[in-house]
Amino acid sequence: MKKIFCFAALFWIAFVPEIHAGEFNLAVAANFLEPARRLVSQFESQSESQSKKEFPHRVKIISGSTGKLYAQTIHGAPFDVLLAADSRRPRLLEERGDAVAGSRFTYALGRLALWSADPDRIAGDGRAALTSGKFDRLALANPKTAPYGLAAEQTMEALGLSEALGDKLVRGESVAQAFHFVATENAELGFVALSQVLTYKEKGSHWEVPASLHDPIAQDAVLLKRGKDNLAAKEFLKFLRSAAAKKIIRELGYELPKR
Amino acid sequence: MNFSEIDAGPVWLSLQLAGATVILLLIAGTPLAWWLAHTRSRWRTCTEALVALPLVLPPTVLGFYLLIAFGPHGWLGGPVKAVTGSALSFTFWGLVLASTLYSLPFVVQPLQNAFETVGRAPLEAAWTLGASRWDAFFTVASPMALRGYVTAAVLGFAHTLGEFGVVLMVGGNIPGQTKVVSIDIYDRVETLDFASAHWLSAGLLLFSFVVLVFVYTVNRRLPIRI
Repeated sequence: MKKIFCFAALFWIAFVPEIHAGEFNLAVAANFLEPARRLVSQFESQSESQSKKEFPHRVKIISGSTGKLYAQTIHGAPFDVLLAADSRRPRLLEERGDAVAGSRFTYALGRLALWSADPDRIAGDGRAALTSGKFDRLALANPKTAPYGLAAEQTMEALGLSEALGDKLVRGESVAQAFHFVATENAELGFVALSQVLTYKEKGSHWEVPASLHDPIAQDAVLLKRGKDNLAAKEFLKFLRSAAAKKIIRELGYELPKR
Repeated sequence: MNFSEIDAGPVWLSLQLAGATVILLLIAGTPLAWWLAHTRSRWRTCTEALVALPLVLPPTVLGFYLLIAFGPHGWLGGPVKAVTGSALSFTFWGLVLASTLYSLPFVVQPLQNAFETVGRAPLEAAWTLGASRWDAFFTVASPMALRGYVTAAVLGFAHTLGEFGVVLMVGGNIPGQTKVVSIDIYDRVETLDFASAHWLSAGLLLFSFVVLVFVYTVNRRLPIRI
């Protein structure tokens, strides 16, 4: 009998998770992972100090390409909130009934950057680096699945360079992979999210691609069906619109929509 | 269902990749397996463990190291670039090299088993009858190890066809160069083109099943005769 109690106690310690006031799963597009981490830590400490509760809110972050997160969501992945890299996938989720109608809003406007791990490669206007021809590989995210890849494609088109650069392109499955292709110097240049460049601590050079060269990268957030009654999830979405959150988002290389 | 949406390019590329990999592996794997089967060297155990590593390591580990080694400044990619003009990452031959490492145990282990089964006795008999070492290998040992060769070739081929993680990490998804069928399926799932993904996946599933049935049949039926 004693043994059974011992086992039960051990089981309890090992498998029953910590109790929190609110816990939810946040699915985040790869480009926004670092900002999301900072936002979440701010949100968690804020909920701790505000409520003075013993059990503050806790957020689990899952990151991937927007396309993958979308496919996982419609197949029942346990996500409560989605921070996508586009507005199309959140809208589709709303239309399908997988997201709470009316909960969708643009939390950030993405900025594209041309980036190199070589501090001397991009000096001032990145167009010079692109037309120099002195590189073998240009990395971008897959335009079919990743909004930053699409913006990169549109930028090359607008600059009239699509043809010239065509056989130098390597496609990462997400903008995160495009970034690490450049960081490991497997590609000399890459179109990445400005935010990635700003949060990366190593050396390099970059050019902020003028927003006029591509369609705006409106990144939408949406409350998913699973999080419909989750208080913490709803509070997080409210927090995302607060001045404190907007400050973090701006600092990390995003713009905010003008209302 | 629309077949025209399915691009045969990635399928063909996968077959080429698997073919090139298997040929390389049979050439490089034979002496290695032979040595492992016959040596009493103290390095044997370590070498066996090294050969088996790709079986237990996640493809991401191999992919990560290869990404670093294959680049224009990597210890492998650098010299290759100096000679050929392009580094190994994002190229077909880079994938062949990656697959060779990744599928190594699937070729070496069956060959080693086969050579061990053949044993030294038939070879020694051949030698006493005046056959040279090479002669004994090509006319006695390798035909007797035929089963091992068939298994090794088929498993190496099929395993390369099923490769995904390593290719995803060092491939760069270039049509006609590195966009193999497993990557194509992944892309189609991501872009919600589930119909094509189904066709390609079902095709691979069926192919892999047939391959395994073939291997098991061969292992039961193929006579060991000289």
